[in-house]
Amino acid sequence: MKDVEMKMKERAKQLLESGEVARVVGWKKGDFCYDPSPATFETVEELDNFVYDYFCGANLSKYLIQISKKEGKTAVFLKPCDTYSFNQLVKEHRINRENVYVIAVECMAKFDIEKIKEKGVSQITGVEVKDKDVKVSSLYGETTLYKPEILLTKCETCQKTHQVKDEEIILHERPERDVDRFAEVKKLEAMTEDERFAFWKEQLSKCIRCNACRNVCPACSCVKCVFDNPASGVAAKANDSEFEEKLFHVIRAFHVAGRCTDCGECSRVCPQHIPLHLLNRKFIKDIDGLYGEFQAGEEAEGKTPLTSYTEGDAEPNDVLNGEAK
Amino acid sequence: MQRIGVFICWCGSNIAATVDVQKVAEVMKSEPGVVYSADYQYMCSENGQQLIKQAIKEHNLTGIVVGSCSPRMHEATFRKTAEAAGLNPYMVEIANIREHCSWIHKDMDEATEKAIILVRTAIAKVKLNAPLMAGESPVVKRALVIGGGIAGIQAALDIADAGFEVDIVEKNATIGGRMAQLDKTFPTLDCSACILTPKMVDCAQHEKIDILSYSEVEEVKGFVGNFSVKIRRKARYVDETKCTGCKICMEKCPSKKGLNSFNMDLNTRPAIHIPFAQAIPNVAVIDPEQCIKLKTGKCGICQKFCGAGAIDYEQKDTFIEREYGAIVVATGYKPINLDAFNEYGYNDNKDVITSLELERLMNAAGPTNGVLLRPSDGEHPKVITFIQCVGSRDSSGCGKPYCSKICCMYTAKHAMLIREKYPDTEVHVFYIDVRTPGKNYDEFYRRAVEQYGVDYIKGMVGKVYNENGKLMVQGSNLIDNEQITIESDLVVLAAAIEPEPSVRKVATLLTASIDTNNFLTESHAKLRPVESPTAGVYLAGVCQGPKDIPETVSQASACAAKVIGLLAKDKLKTNPCVAIPDESMCNGCSQCANVCAYGAITYENKEFRLGGGKTEIRRVACVNPAVCQGCGACTVTCPSGAMDLKGFSSKQIMSEVEAICKK
Repeated sequence: MKDVEMKMKERAKQLLESGEVARVVGWKKGDFCYDPSPATFETVEELDNFVYDYFCGANLSKYLIQISKKEGKTAVFLKPCDTYSFNQLVKEHRINRENVYVIAVECMAKFDIEKIKEKGVSQITGVEVKDKDVKVSSLYGETTLYKPEILLTKCETCQKTHQVKDEEIILHERPERDVDRFAEVKKLEAMTEDERFAFWKEQLSKCIRCNACRNVCPACSCVKCVFDNPASGVAAKANDSEFEEKLFHVIRAFHVAGRCTDCGECSRVCPQHIPLHLLNRKFIKDIDGLYGEFQAGEEAEGKTPLTSYTEGDAEPNDVLNGEAK
Repeated sequence: MQRIGVFICWCGSNIAATVDVQKVAEVMKSEPGVVYSADYQYMCSENGQQLIKQAIKEHNLTGIVVGSCSPRMHEATFRKTAEAAGLNPYMVEIANIREHCSWIHKDMDEATEKAIILVRTAIAKVKLNAPLMAGESPVVKRALVIGGGIAGIQAALDIADAGFEVDIVEKNATIGGRMAQLDKTFPTLDCSACILTPKMVDCAQHEKIDILSYSEVEEVKGFVGNFSVKIRRKARYVDETKCTGCKICMEKCPSKKGLNSFNMDLNTRPAIHIPFAQAIPNVAVIDPEQCIKLKTGKCGICQKFCGAGAIDYEQKDTFIEREYGAIVVATGYKPINLDAFNEYGYNDNKDVITSLELERLMNAAGPTNGVLLRPSDGEHPKVITFIQCVGSRDSSGCGKPYCSKICCMYTAKHAMLIREKYPDTEVHVFYIDVRTPGKNYDEFYRRAVEQYGVDYIKGMVGKVYNENGKLMVQGSNLIDNEQITIESDLVVLAAAIEPEPSVRKVATLLTASIDTNNFLTESHAKLRPVESPTAGVYLAGVCQGPKDIPETVSQASACAAKVIGLLAKDKLKTNPCVAIPDESMCNGCSQCANVCAYGAITYENKEFRLGGGKTEIRRVACVNPAVCQGCGACTVTCPSGAMDLKGFSSKQIMSEVEAICKK
C-alpha cells in the first residue's frame, strides 16, 4: 500500500506543478494513524500530509458536487466503489464531468477501526498487512488479526470494479472473491413480519438523528432535503412515529431507491452502528428481481428501472406478490 | 378566511336511496369553514345550478363542494355554474358520493357515514385550492389513423373529405385488413372485395390521404391537438416510388415456398410478393426470412428482371416524425390461437379449419380459386359440420368470456353459400344460441334454416376425432336430449376473435387504457363510445370490442366526426392543473424529465443568490404548461419535493388523507 501511496503523491505533485489541475482531492493524515480524512490539496507543500492507506474508506465522489463547480480542473482519486457514485452523480447532472480528472486507484479493502478496537486492541499506532494477516502495533505491543474480520462492512462483500477512469494507479491485482452481498438481506426476508419489525425497531431505536448517513450519502445530494424543509410536511412525520426515526430512514431509503450504488457509506459513518445499508440492499435486490439486474452508477447516462417504463415491466401485482422476473 | 358552500345532490334515488342526504348536508353545516350547506334532488338541473349560483352570491362563497356523481360526469357542469356566478371554476371540488358510495353500498348508516367522510375530504381539499386560469394550445390540423382495415379506411376517408390531412399507418404491406380476406358479406351477400376495394382506391387517390403501409408507430409524444409521432417505415426492399406492380419478380423468384399469410397459410407465395391482386399500394415486398439474396447474398434474380429498377436489397428501416392533432386507433382483430382446444382436433386434422380459412377456400382469389375443396386431399366435402362459440362465451379460462358477436351471422352465411353452390352437401351447425339482432339479420338466419335446409343442432361438441379418414364430430343435441356423432368431411370452427396483439404496444404508446381482454376502453360505454379516455385518441372497429362490418363502419364515421370536430378548432383550452417546479429546491437531476411521458420538462441554467453577495448557477427544471398533462408522475419522483401539481398539490392530497383518517 505504501508504494501505491507514493505513486499517488508523485502523480498529484506532477499535476499540481504542471498546472494541469488546480487541486487534487484525496485523503490527509489525521491525528492518529486510523483517522485520515478527505481533503483538497492545492499546493505541492500541502501534499506532505497526503495519505492513502487501509483506513481511507471515505467515498470522495460527493465532495465533487461543490468542488467541480470551482474554476480549474480537479483531480480526484477514486476507489472502485467510489466510481459508481461518481457516475451516478454525473448522470444526475450534479458533477461537472469536464472539470474533473479521475485517477482510479487500487483498493484492497479498508479496515474498520471499531472492529479492531472490538478485538481488544487500543492505542493503535500502525498496521502492516501480509495476505490475510494484519499486524497491528499499538502502544502496548503487537497483535496479529485476521483481515476478513476487521474489514469495513461495505468491503466485506465488495466486488466492484472501476467504472470510470482518466488514468489509473493500480500496482497489485486484487484477489477475486465470490461472496453474496444479499446474504444478510435474505436473512431478514426469511424472518416473519413481526421478527423483522422487532429487528428494525431495535436497530432504528438507536438512531440519534445526527444526519451523518444522509450527509455522507452521495445519493442524498438534494439542494434542500425534505427533512430540512418544514413546508414539505415530511420532517414532522419523521418524528411522529411509533419508535424514533423509523420514518426518517424508511423515507430516505425510498428516496435513494434505484439510485443507491451500495457504496455503504451510510453504515460506515453511523456512530450507532445501525446496518442502514441493509435497507438499501433490500431495494437493490427487489429491483434486480423485478426489473432484471441493475447496478446504479455503472453508466453515467440513461434511465434507471424505477424512472422508466418498458413494455413487460413488472405490474403492480407482481410487486405485491413479490414475483421476481 | 375561506367561505365554503356544500351542495349535496340526491340524484333522484340514485344517491338518496342509500345515503341520508339531508343528514350529510346538516352535518356539513358545522364543519369549520363551511358557511352554507344544502341538499337538492338534481343538483345538475337548471334549478339545482341556480341554487348554487345564488348561494355563491348571497353568501360570498370562496369555494364550493358538490357531493354528487363522479367528476367525470358533472365536474365541467359545476365549474361552469361557479364561473357564471363569478367564482373561479377551479374553486369547485366534487365529492363522488354516487359511484364511490351510494351505488356500492347497501347499508344506509354506513353509506351515510362514508358520504360524510368523502364530503369532508373534498372540503379539506377545496380550502387549499387556488384560482387557476386555463391557457390555450394550437391544434395541428392533421389526423393519424393507426390500422388500414375497413375501420381505418372509413375514418380516413371521412376525415379527408372534410378537408383535413390524414395519414394511415398500416403494419402490413397493403391496406384492406381482414375485410380484404373475406369472401361475401352478410346479410346482403355482396362480395367483400367488390365493396372494399373501391374504398381502398379512394384512399390511394385522395389528395389528403397519405398511406404509410408496412409501417408501425414507434413513439408518441405530446397531447390532444399536438401529438408528435415517430413512425417506423419497415424496409420492404422495394422502392415504393419505382415499383409498377407488374409482378414479374413474383414469377421469377426461385424461393416460392413461403406460407401465404393472406390466404391463412393455406398455400404458398414467393419471397417477393404483392399480398393480393387489388393491394394498395400495389407494390411488392420481400420477406427477409425467405429471400435467398437477403439470407445468403446469392441470387438477385428479381433485381435482374425488374424493369423499373425498384429492388433495393440494401434498404433499411427508416423513421419519420409527424405532428397530428388527433389519433384514431383501428388496429382490428385476429382469430384466437386454438392450441388450448385439443378436443376439436384443429392441430391434428387438416380438414378441421377455422371460418377465416373457409373464407379463403371459398374466395375466387383464394388458394382453390373459389372451389370448395378440402385441404387434406382436394376432394369436395360432402358433409360439413360447423361448430360455433369455439373459445367464445368460455369461462373455463381456455377461451374468451365474451361473445365474439360476428360468428352466428357468418356461420349462417357460410352454410347458406355452401348449400346454394353445392346443393348435394349436408351442412350441420352446432350452436349454443343463435344471436341475430340487427337489421335483416334474423331474416337472414331464418333463410339458412328454412330455405336452405341447414341442420342447426342446439348443443356443444365434445370431441372431433379422425376415424378411417372421416372426421367424427361427437356432440349433444339438447333439443332431442341425445348424444350424436356426425361423420363429416370438413369441420369448420367459429374461433373467437381477439384484438390484434400489437394493440397493447399502441395502447402503451398512447397511454390509452385497455381492458382485461385487451380491448381498448372507451371513455363512456354509452355516451362517449368512440373516445378513449386519453384526450385526442379515438377508437374504431374491433380494437374497442367485437363488431361486424356495418357497425365498424358506423363507428369509424363517428370517430371521423369527433376528429373533424376537434381539428376544426384553431385552439384548445389547456388544463391549468399542471406541474410547477420550485426552483429553489430543484437539483436538476433529470428524474422528473425521465418519467415525463409528454416531454414537458426541460432544463435551464439559472443564477441563484447564495447570500453575502455570492451567486451560484444551477441547472433547474422548467415545465411547459402547454405540454404538461398534469399526470403528476414528476411530483412523486422528485426526491426533494421540488415539483408540485397545481390543483392537486401534495399539501392538498395530504390534507385529504388526513380528513379521511380523522375520527
